[in-house]
Amino acid sequence: MAYTIAEKILMRASGSKTVEPGEIVNAKVDVAMSHDNAALVSKVFGEIGVPKVWDASKIVIPIDHRVPANNIKVAEGHVKIRNFVKKQGIKHFYDVREGVCHQIMPEFGHVAPGLLIVGTDSHTTTYGAFGAFSTGIGATEMAAVWASGELWLKVPETFKITLDGSLKEHVFSKDVILQIIGDLTAEGANYKSIEYYGTAVDEMSVGSRMTITNMSMEMGAKSAIMVPDQKVFDYLKTRTNEKLEAVIADADAVYEKELKYDVSQIGPKVACPHTVDNVKDVGEVAGTVVHQAVLGSCTNGRVEDLKAGSRMLAGKKIHDDVRLIIAPASRQVYLEAMEEGLIQKFVKAGAIVINPGCGPCLGAHEGIIAAGENCIASTNRNFQGRMGSTEAGIYLASPATVVASAVAGVITDPREGSTW
Amino acid sequence: MVAGKVWKYGKDVNTDVILPGRFLDSYEPEYLASHAMEDLDKEFAKAVKKGDIVVAETNFGCGSSREQAASCLGYCGVQAVVAKSFSRLFYRNAINQGIAVIESPECVDALNKGDEVDFDLLGGTIKNLTTGKTLTFRPLPPFVMEILESGGLVEHLKKKMAK
Repeated sequence: MAYTIAEKILMRASGSKTVEPGEIVNAKVDVAMSHDNAALVSKVFGEIGVPKVWDASKIVIPIDHRVPANNIKVAEGHVKIRNFVKKQGIKHFYDVREGVCHQIMPEFGHVAPGLLIVGTDSHTTTYGAFGAFSTGIGATEMAAVWASGELWLKVPETFKITLDGSLKEHVFSKDVILQIIGDLTAEGANYKSIEYYGTAVDEMSVGSRMTITNMSMEMGAKSAIMVPDQKVFDYLKTRTNEKLEAVIADADAVYEKELKYDVSQIGPKVACPHTVDNVKDVGEVAGTVVHQAVLGSCTNGRVEDLKAGSRMLAGKKIHDDVRLIIAPASRQVYLEAMEEGLIQKFVKAGAIVINPGCGPCLGAHEGIIAAGENCIASTNRNFQGRMGSTEAGIYLASPATVVASAVAGVITDPREGSTW
Repeated sequence: MVAGKVWKYGKDVNTDVILPGRFLDSYEPEYLASHAMEDLDKEFAKAVKKGDIVVAETNFGCGSSREQAASCLGYCGVQAVVAKSFSRLFYRNAINQGIAVIESPECVDALNKGDEVDFDLLGGTIKNLTTGKTLTFRPLPPFVMEILESGGLVEHLKKKMAK
């Protein structure tokens, strides 16, 4: 039998000799991540009635969605989490200061090739950039994982997407994944695992790869995996003691669908209201007035993203009628961005820098938008009402397009008027 | 078997409209129930009754892993969601909350907004009392039925542990 990466990881995790798509396996979880919803998970865990979690060293809890707490109810939830962490001796807890879970997980070495990682967040697919099978689950089943260390999973069919060619200037991995989502639609990869290959992937930084695996969820993917290379090993080797060995697909593994892209043919893209698959060339929506711009999130809140955005400033100021919100993905990203002078550039240009966290991406706080307003964001979802009013519009784009638009006050092609 | 009414929606009904992020600050059932579907259909939370079913086109529940998108429907009394297809996270969450999820394009096409229905999970049928048609759907896998019959994953695990 020949197997895909997802099949191999699920076979190992479930102790099965063979697996096939559609089969349901009971798998042992290697790492279990929960963010603010750990409050709900711990409540349900209490209801199950098991006194101790299965393995306090395999649970990771970063608080990131509403940080610091934006109201009393949220503050109480955070207190519950801290108490639970102490009581259970959870080893890997990251309080409100650290940043977004999907950035924290790799930064602190909680991801590694071949692991089965589950998280109570849909964008848990991100860690596929490191060769892991990682997927989102609900709070109640996470409570069951905390109790037993196991979870049922259907073995997914796999899509193979090959990205060849080199990205043109001012085009980023964000534009590539928006193109793919536009082609496959919001339901096009429902229940599927996606494997990404190709020279364009090889050329990408680890962070750029994370953008693609993160947003693969927006077409319904269960997991999105890339074969880890030296870049991944270099990133992880000082951060984890896990074995750094790639799980690779067999040469004759069976794929349900195979797609190929030449990324040199892809230009800057924008996902328009109100679905992520409503993807257009930036030129089609250029000139649309924006009132807010957000540069940050687990999708595009890393140093390379802030750098790409800052280049679009080119000494100019943010448009008077635009709020540009910068949210570094983590404290480490924040520090590095300061050391590189990026934060100073943004503040001088009139941007608002907020603490690392998810805030504006899900309309939790720190940048809610009003009826009639438009926001262009480097985040991952533009559902109606996600950032505030249901009568507002959200446009998703690369960090360069976001900042170019924030400077111009209207959606702007980053290739136009660029000075680099 | 409880008779109920059909609430029908389109495709890609996402978790942000089923339970908007601004209401994720509490896990209280009454609070969540009172805001269910608020950004899609303001009438829903006010008028929904125990036994009603939600019917939708493809990709129901796409988006976030937020379990509250499933639980808020359960707290409203919704006994089943019937859709042409589901997002995997909503599908799992609904089962874990004890809400039946039926993937059936045929049933969706034969149900209209406001129809009175008798939903029979064990029998695998939906009787449309308004049109007089009886619709059938493929039974859910046995282990899913066990969870649903227990009233959700927590009750199911408690039962299992008691054995």
